[in-house]
Amino acid sequence: MRIDLDVILSYVAENSHVLDLGCGDGTLLALLRDKKNIQGIGLEYDQEKIVECIEKNIAVVQHNLNNGLSEFDDNSYDVVIMTLALQAMQRPDQVLDEMLRIGKECIVTFPNFGHWKARWHLALYGRMPVSDLLPYQWYDTPNIHFCTVRDFENLCWQKNITIVHRDMVAANSISEGLCKLHPNLFSETAVYHLTRN
Amino acid sequence: MESFPQGSVGLVQPQTQQFDTPLALANGRTLHNYQLVYETYGTLNEDCSNAVLVCHALSGDHHAAGFHSETDKRPGWWDNYIGPGKAIDTNKFFVVSPNNIGGCSGSTGPLTTNPETGKPWGSDFPTLRVRDWVETQKALADLLNIKQWAAIVGGSLGGMQAMRWALEYPDRVRHCVAIASALKLTAQNIAFNETARQAIMADPSFFDGQYLEKNTIPRDGLAVARMIGHITYLSGDGMGQKFGRDLRSGSFQLGTDDPLEFEIESYLRYQGSKFSTAFDANTYILMTRALDYFDLAREYDHDAVKAFSHAQCKFLILSFTTDWRFSPVRSQEIVQALLHAKKSVSYAEIESTYGHDAFLIPNERYNQAFTAYMKNVAADIPQGGRQ
Repeated sequence: MRIDLDVILSYVAENSHVLDLGCGDGTLLALLRDKKNIQGIGLEYDQEKIVECIEKNIAVVQHNLNNGLSEFDDNSYDVVIMTLALQAMQRPDQVLDEMLRIGKECIVTFPNFGHWKARWHLALYGRMPVSDLLPYQWYDTPNIHFCTVRDFENLCWQKNITIVHRDMVAANSISEGLCKLHPNLFSETAVYHLTRN
Repeated sequence: MESFPQGSVGLVQPQTQQFDTPLALANGRTLHNYQLVYETYGTLNEDCSNAVLVCHALSGDHHAAGFHSETDKRPGWWDNYIGPGKAIDTNKFFVVSPNNIGGCSGSTGPLTTNPETGKPWGSDFPTLRVRDWVETQKALADLLNIKQWAAIVGGSLGGMQAMRWALEYPDRVRHCVAIASALKLTAQNIAFNETARQAIMADPSFFDGQYLEKNTIPRDGLAVARMIGHITYLSGDGMGQKFGRDLRSGSFQLGTDDPLEFEIESYLRYQGSKFSTAFDANTYILMTRALDYFDLAREYDHDAVKAFSHAQCKFLILSFTTDWRFSPVRSQEIVQALLHAKKSVSYAEIESTYGHDAFLIPNERYNQAFTAYMKNVAADIPQGGRQ
């Protein structure tokens, strides 16, 4: 299981209506359906993944997220989720606004660019970080808007978004402990549970 | 029997069913009785809960899969997707494929005798709308004791029937699959249909649609109508790849004056000619009008969201990238209305160079998505009397 899925599962109430933006192969929605009895729909652009969603009996609509989300009404879902895709959006700030327009709550996860390994990579080698989680070179990465935990919380503050929960996910238990001490330095993935009020 | 290809339903036999309950049509007229020709593939389970209705498009008929004889070279029109182990898996489903009324393959239509006159109906056959077909298909379902279809599936005009079913009889369909379809035709689409109809009507052998009484058929007009249709069912790129500017005969060498013929000319003429003797001109006019008149949301204040709010089934919508007759945008309109109506919907826009015809043609991704969805339909079949 991807490390942040457990955390997301804990944020979602039973029987919710869930919209998953960039749902990939449908793993998260299938998990939420099986464990939380949610009714969900996923948006995905990659057809191979769309087929995998259908194979899991997940409703999935082919959609390019950069074309907007106007087909969804205000407050039409309990929860709108975007996992590890915000940094690949053309305008992450506008996506966040849309998610909070459509969903009563939203859950966002992103790779923390403030992680010490990323900083170390840049400081020591003077080159853009490449890691297991982010295995791309600067020129071919789909991740065009990296942010740190501090950057993200600053955006939430500017937009008057309430952080209901946040969890910092690290690769091992030692890092988990350090995460609590200094999340922006030690968390690899940040998970945020947000609402407008 | 062993000579049929693997994955084929094999030898099939059309059945004919007479209905004597008068059918009140959408245009106010009544058909006092009618008959439906249909084929079935697979076995109906004890609960009658594994039935799939296949709705045909403009020029289709009841022969969707398998072969009519040992020497039959051409299988049914959707044989690529119906059969044991195929997308519509006949090991799991009982498939019902009727020829719609107004058709020309055995069901009551312009070619059959009007009981009031004793002559062929011809152009006097009532104008039909998609909902009329839904009514006849429902009569067939009642007869076969099918209380709820596991799925209703169709491409193009067939998809319109599937969607109409979902609104008219929401408790009688669990899944609706509409492929390369639309909520309604665009002005351009109606324009193509009208041009085709005018080609038929301009044929001196048309005789206001009563050509059978004159022992003739408007062959040339129907051939041109088919050629127009055929052009719009293919994509420009697909046609270019297949035919280019290749010559069938003659040459452009200086000093030569032999008759020239492009491959595409020859192909279109062949398609038109073949169709003109196999299909009925009045049926072509009737079917294209049914297409033109269809507007899923008309009775719902022209609001597709309101229309779909009546549906209870789940939906699979598919479109093809190069289809410009029923473009992906038309399917996206269906999907957007379904999303607004909070219905369960899956949608994919399949890459293909085959234009509108793509829904009939083998395509790996299309087959994967369609097959995966139909497996979910099969998993949804109530077993042992459970509902």
